[in-house]
Amino acid sequence: MSEEKNHIVPYRVYILVLLALIALTFSSIGITSIELREYTVAAALIFASIKSFLVLTYFMHLKYDKPYIRAMVGFVFAIFVVVIIITFLDYLYRT
Amino acid sequence: MEETLHDGHGHYDAEASKIGMWLFIFTELLLFGGLFIIYSVYRFLNPDAFHLAAGELDVTVGATNTVILLVSSMTIAMSTSALRYKNKKLTLGLIGITLLLALGFLINKYFEWGLKFEHGIWPGSEHLVNDMSQGEILFFGLYFVMTGLHALHIIIGMVIMSVAAVRILKGTVYAERAAMLDNAGLYWHLVDLIWIFLFPLFYLIT
Repeated sequence: MSEEKNHIVPYRVYILVLLALIALTFSSIGITSIELREYTVAAALIFASIKSFLVLTYFMHLKYDKPYIRAMVGFVFAIFVVVIIITFLDYLYRT
Repeated sequence: MEETLHDGHGHYDAEASKIGMWLFIFTELLLFGGLFIIYSVYRFLNPDAFHLAAGELDVTVGATNTVILLVSSMTIAMSTSALRYKNKKLTLGLIGITLLLALGFLINKYFEWGLKFEHGIWPGSEHLVNDMSQGEILFFGLYFVMTGLHALHIIIGMVIMSVAAVRILKGTVYAERAAMLDNAGLYWHLVDLIWIFLFPLFYLIT
């Protein structure tokens, strides 16, 4: 039980994370409104990835969880990335 | 290692509950992940049509909904802390705010979809099938399926959070037995996480 008590996250942390998330949202709107051509998608996805990292780490408590839970989550996202890469290796090099 | 708790309300194991919830979240991630892969392949095959169709979506509405979901994610996260600080009133208040924000998101979505319907755009509509290209039909098909499935998750999340609120009121969920609220929070963050990717992919990349 004592361990769980140490895991109380102060409200301040959540407020700071929210402010960062909102700032990132408006930055991503700003950056995609500029004409970057093929880099627009990349820029939007980079911002979305940073935001999801913040949500997973702080809102979803992964920072305070045991390492094996973090490893499981990381593994699932890694599998997803691998599937996307394999799919596009197929589409990009189809003749 | 956390110990299991036996206190008259039956067996309780916070860690096991958490793992169970995460395993469920993984299946949800792969469900939406599959849809994201379909989106990216069709986008790759029809870049111009997706470009054109995405212009039909209103960035302001999408951004408003993004902010609503981010704030609601913070309030439900705060409620799990409030429960551990043994502040029942604040916990319930924060869950209440989260539910109101969720409702606001759905109302926003209702008007957004309503506007599309007014323009004659819905799955299988005459305007969509007769006047639009294959790529635009695919874009709007994915738009309705993915935001619709996401809205369904919002409704389920609201039900789960309501159940958690009732259990906190009844006293079966409390500081030492917080897993139910924690898991409701995890589900809600998942809904937020999915929207974080839906928003740029449908609204921003025009």
